Amino acid sequence: MNSSEKKNTKIKGSEALMLSLLEENVTTVFGYPGGQIIPTYDALFHYKDKIRHLLTRHEQGAIHAAQGYARVTGEVGVCIVTSGPGATNLITGIADAMIDSTPIVCITGQVASHLLGTDAFQETDVVGISMPVTKWNCQITKAEDVPEIIAKAFYIARTGRPGPVLIDLTRNAQVGEMEYSYKKCNFIRSYVPKPQINAEKIKEAAQLINKAQKPYALVGQGVILGNAETELKTFIEKSGIPFAWTILGSTALPSDHPQNVGMLGMHGNYGPNIKTNECDLLIAIGMRFDDRVTGDLSRYARQAKIIHLEIDNAEIDKNIKTDVAVLGDVKDSLPLLSKLVKKKKYPAWIKEFEDCYKYEYEKVIKNDLFPKKAGLKMGEVMELLNEKTDGEAIVVTDVGQHQMFAARYFKSKYTRTFVTSGGLGTMGFGLPAAFGAKIGAPHRQVFLIVGDGGIQMTLQELGTIFQNKTDVKIIILNNNYLGMVRQWQELFWDKRYSHTELVNPDFIKVAEGFGIAGKKVSKREELSKTMDEMIKSKKAFLLDVTIDKESNVFPMVPAGASVSDVIFS
Amino acid sequence: MIKEYTITAFSENSIGLLNRITIIFTRRHVNIESLTVSKSSIKGIHKFTVVVNETKDQVVKIVNQIEKLVEVLKAYYHTRDEIIYQEVALYKVPTEALLSGNIVEKTVREYNARILEITPEYTVIEKTGHEEETEKLFEQLKQFGVRQFTRTGRIAITKSNSELLSEYLEMMDKKNK
Repeated sequence: MNSSEKKNTKIKGSEALMLSLLEENVTTVFGYPGGQIIPTYDALFHYKDKIRHLLTRHEQGAIHAAQGYARVTGEVGVCIVTSGPGATNLITGIADAMIDSTPIVCITGQVASHLLGTDAFQETDVVGISMPVTKWNCQITKAEDVPEIIAKAFYIARTGRPGPVLIDLTRNAQVGEMEYSYKKCNFIRSYVPKPQINAEKIKEAAQLINKAQKPYALVGQGVILGNAETELKTFIEKSGIPFAWTILGSTALPSDHPQNVGMLGMHGNYGPNIKTNECDLLIAIGMRFDDRVTGDLSRYARQAKIIHLEIDNAEIDKNIKTDVAVLGDVKDSLPLLSKLVKKKKYPAWIKEFEDCYKYEYEKVIKNDLFPKKAGLKMGEVMELLNEKTDGEAIVVTDVGQHQMFAARYFKSKYTRTFVTSGGLGTMGFGLPAAFGAKIGAPHRQVFLIVGDGGIQMTLQELGTIFQNKTDVKIIILNNNYLGMVRQWQELFWDKRYSHTELVNPDFIKVAEGFGIAGKKVSKREELSKTMDEMIKSKKAFLLDVTIDKESNVFPMVPAGASVSDVIFS
Repeated sequence: MIKEYTITAFSENSIGLLNRITIIFTRRHVNIESLTVSKSSIKGIHKFTVVVNETKDQVVKIVNQIEKLVEVLKAYYHTRDEIIYQEVALYKVPTEALLSGNIVEKTVREYNARILEITPEYTVIEKTGHEEETEKLFEQLKQFGVRQFTRTGRIAITKSNSELLSEYLEMMDKKNK
């Protein structure tokens, strides 16, 4: 839709909100009604043919669903909730979207503006509360401000480094009348979403690349957020440089790309971690050197020159001092760089990674994927899922051991097919995010990989899946433990399993209560058949897989250790 | 090495921005020594002046985070020798102190301070200068019993020729056209 202007229609602020959402191409919103947002819900009732509202069972579910939706579609996820507890229940999801750069617009109801600051019923200073975790937020106290602020909200959420925006809408702004006209926002003078690329820096970067003997590229989510997958592919293939990926950058290129050497980070692959300290040039592309990726900074890539392609100036030199910082959108900087780099191949260098992979395969992977001993392993479930879905599905995870197994072993073919809470590590993210992902990508099968702990944090969203008849496949990797914490307690706290063992409900019966079919599997020989049954089903399905209780995720770079100090047991 | 830095930020005049800026300091456990917010020379643009004692590395990161805020146009940091800066201090002393000799008068002259108001009960003295200077005068006046003493935060201008922000604004306005 272009920046059209509609005039001479005196309408309520709540209706102006509907029209504004439509101007921003929003046709799906997630939410939960309540007292101060009723006028907006009344407008939603009138606009139900144009805007699909999906009712979750908790506001946290609404925002995680919006995040799942945004991640798979690349569009802005929208959620609408009421004031007070409705608004505060969003905070975890907002913080998650902030640290993972997910474009979200949250609309919260608020008490009428004359009641602001009086401790009115369900009044919370959500603008104040959400300030540290939003890219931008704003309170609307007059109906006539609705279109302009909404336009600004969407512009800010989706441009530059994306992020969550919260708009707090007072009751009087919803019911007040105004002359509606809409103008799309595409400029804010204090905001530079796309810094101009410095050609000199591109030249310097290309020189470093062309001279390097052992260059190594690190791919982050910035590539996906910038829709720069093709540009990355061209750069990687022309330069011949091996690349590894962060958990959020995992689907930027297909898993079977010959130059893909694997995953970075605490539970990443062996080669990608140790080669960081052996390469002579590190090219970070749309990633932010998170501590889970770098380990001890004082022992991270000290021998290498560092190039950082990044859209957010505040990320440059934040954790790692760069030699050449190319500020700008990777969608624009990568092609410029590709032009200047020589066509090359690094067979010997890539072989070093392959040797590392072989070592890791023998030490860990073989037993993860094809275990011989009794007791199901998380890795073999992922392997079987890969085999049966062939990269055509979307995998959503929760947080913990299962997440690391999923990230390590998921074989993707397409971008935006792996959805996980990276920076914040939000348990409870998975189930609602999987729901949102399925809403956003109805043509793909969506599989949630979740632990027995995490699913119980937002378990009520089974009701959302039930009510909306959403075909989400849920695989619980159930070890009756908060497995990741237990693993740390085992390795670093002398096996004092302080409050990590769970007594779980019968998940199949729980699912049944929500009208969702389920099966429990505890034997290897039953797994494949039951998974087939799940995949064939046209409805939501819950698979409760009993996992070997005390399995661990390896390899591992222990917290505070160097990426060279990978442990395998 | 920890040093004193003066951070200046230019922003739109919007509700809550001060909060957004101070959060950046709080989150990193950085104490704000002084803070001044006022209109700038450019219409509609507000200026924040923040003094901190920190390492350069930390200050650079803070400035980048401030500039990242949607409503902030530009943020800079300066060491003492790059800026001209002042503070204003007000002192309230009992008027009888002035009557018992000429020490107060001498002090006022010596410190280049001035008297703003005299009533039978109290006298208000004003002094502009650096923190060390206003502090020194406070110490001097203590003997007469200072009833009230207050000091503003730092205001500062850079020694460079032009207001960097004006050029930036011109560039941004062109971009929008």
